[in-house]
Amino acid sequence: MITNNQIDSGKVVRKRIFSRMLRNRSMTIGFSLVMLMVVIAIIAPIVSPFGPMDIDPNLRLKPPNKTHIFGTDNIGQDVFSRALWGSRISLLTGFLIVLTAGSLGIVLGLIAGYSRSFDAITMRILDGLMAFPTTLLAIALMAVLGARLSNVIIALAIVYTPSVTRVVRSVVLVIKETEYIEAARSIGNSNLRIILKHILPNCMAPIIVQGSFIFAQSILAEAALSFLGVGVPPWIPSWGSIMTGGRLFINVAPWIIFFPGLFVLVTVLGLNLFGDGLRDVLDPRLRGL
Amino acid sequence: MREYILKRIAALIPVLLIVGLIGFTLLSLIPGDPAAVMLGPEASMEDIIALRSEMGLDLPAPVRLFRWYVRLFQGDLGYSIFLYRPVLQAIIERLEPTMLLTFMALIIAGVLGITMGITAAIKRGTFIDQMVMSLSLLGLSIPSFWLALILIVFFALTLGLFPVAGYSPIEDGWWKTLHHLTLPAFTLGFIQSAFIARMTRSSMLEVLNQDYIRTAKAKGLGFYKVIVVHALRNAFIPIVTVMGLSLGGLMAGAIVVETVFALPGIGQLVLASISRRDYPMVQGILLFIASVYVLVNFLVDVLYVILDPRIKYV
Repeated sequence: MITNNQIDSGKVVRKRIFSRMLRNRSMTIGFSLVMLMVVIAIIAPIVSPFGPMDIDPNLRLKPPNKTHIFGTDNIGQDVFSRALWGSRISLLTGFLIVLTAGSLGIVLGLIAGYSRSFDAITMRILDGLMAFPTTLLAIALMAVLGARLSNVIIALAIVYTPSVTRVVRSVVLVIKETEYIEAARSIGNSNLRIILKHILPNCMAPIIVQGSFIFAQSILAEAALSFLGVGVPPWIPSWGSIMTGGRLFINVAPWIIFFPGLFVLVTVLGLNLFGDGLRDVLDPRLRGL
Repeated sequence: MREYILKRIAALIPVLLIVGLIGFTLLSLIPGDPAAVMLGPEASMEDIIALRSEMGLDLPAPVRLFRWYVRLFQGDLGYSIFLYRPVLQAIIERLEPTMLLTFMALIIAGVLGITMGITAAIKRGTFIDQMVMSLSLLGLSIPSFWLALILIVFFALTLGLFPVAGYSPIEDGWWKTLHHLTLPAFTLGFIQSAFIARMTRSSMLEVLNQDYIRTAKAKGLGFYKVIVVHALRNAFIPIVTVMGLSLGGLMAGAIVVETVFALPGIGQLVLASISRRDYPMVQGILLFIASVYVLVNFLVDVLYVILDPRIKYV
C-alpha cells in the first residue's frame, strides 16, 4: 500500500535533484550550449541566407564579408549557411548513434548481467572490440561499408555499444544481489518484470551520463571521419564534411575550417559539461572521475 | 611473480583470438563479392576468379577462419593487393613516423597531464584548479584535426616557426625529425593530456586525504617529499592505467593527425589503402594496432605489480 507520505518523499527527492541540477553550474552551461546548437539546427532553413548546396563560382575562397559572414569555400559555397545546415546533419547523426548504441547496449547489458552463459560469450567479444582504438575501428568499418551517412551511424554505433553494455552490466550485477530484488523475486515477479520495473530504472542514471559522453564522442568522430573522407560524403553538409575541402586551402582560406570547427567545439564542450554536471548531480560518489 | 605473468599471458590468448576473429569478420562486411569490389568495375571475370581463389574466398568460412588463424600465428598479416608485398612489411616501412609521433605525444601528454593534475589537486577549489580543469575540458572537446590546422595557421604559416607539413626521416638528422614532429606531437599530446590530467587529479585527491599523508606532513617532511614520494607514488597506479589506455587513443589519433601534417606513416597508409580498396592492408593495420594495444596494456598490468607490491599475484 502506498501512503501519502511515500508519494511526498518521491516528490521531494525529485525536487531536490532538480534544484541540484539548476545549481550545478557546469550542467546549466552545458545544457544551454547544447540547446543553442539544437535551436540553430531547427531554425537553419529560416535563417541561413543561402541554400546549403548553392554554388557561386565567381565567389570562390572569399574571406568573411557582409553577405558571406563566414566567407566562401573553394567551390563558392557560403560557409555560414553550410555550417547552419551542417548542425542538422551532425546533431542528428550524433543523436541516432547514441540512440542505437544506447538501446543495443542496454539490451545486451541487461541480458549479460542476468544470464551467465550469454555473459561469457558477449563480454569476450566486446572485450575484443574494445581492444581496437575507437577511431581506427570506425575507419576500418567505414572502409568496408562505404562512405555513406547511414554507414557512419552503423559504424559508430558498433564502436560505442561495448562501453554502454559494460556500464549497464556492471550496474545490473550490483543491483541483482540487493535485498529488494530478492524480495521482488520472492513474491513471484517474473524475471522480465524484475528487469523492466526494478533493474532498468536503476541503470538509467549512469546510462544517461554515459550517453551524453558518447554523444560528444560521436560528434567528434563523425567530424573526423568526414574530414578524412571516409564519413559523410562532401555534398551532404555535416560539420566534418564542410571542413574536408578546406584542408588544401588552409593557407589562403582558413575560415572554411575555422567556423565549422568552432561549432563542433561548442557542441562537444556543451555535451561534456552537461555529462560532467549530470554525473555530479545524479551520483555524487563518482565526482572527480 | 612469474606465475602472475604466466596467468596474464594465458588471459591474453582469448582476447587476441577474438581480435583476430573481428579482423576476419571485417572483410565479410563488404557488400557483395570482396574480390569484385577490390578489383573495381572494369575487372574481367577471370581476374575476379583468380583473386577469389588467391584470397581463398572460394573456400567455406570455417576453413578460411582456420587458415586465417594459422597465418596470424605465423605472424603473417596478409598480402597487399596494391603494393604487391606482405602487409607486415608495408607496415614496418611506414612505422617510423607513427612510432615517433605516438611516443613524443605520449611524453608530452604524460608530462603535461601529470603536472596539470597534481597542480589542480594541490590547489583544489582555487582559481588555478578551475583553469586546469577548463583546459582539460577543452582538450576533451576539441577536434584533433581542427587543433592541428589552427596550430599550422598560427605557428607555421604566420610565425614560420615550424614546417607546415611533411616529414624528415631520422637518417637525415634527429633535429630535423623533431622539428617536423613538434606540432603534430603537441596536437595529439595536448588532447591526450586532458584524460591524464583528470585521472591524476582525482587519484591525487584521494591519496592526499589519507592518514599517511597527514603523518608525513606532521613529521615535518618538505612539500616535495610529501607530494612526490608519498602521494604521487601511491596515486600512480590509475595514472599508469590511463597512460596505457592512452596509447590506443594516440595511435588512432595519429592516423588523423598524420593526414593533416602529411606524415608518411601508418595513418596515411590506411587512408590510401581505403581509396585503393586494398582491404587486406586495412585489415592488417587494424590487427597490428590492436595487437600492439593489447600487448601494451598487458605490460601495464605487469608494471602494476612492480609499482605496487600490495597487489598480490592473483
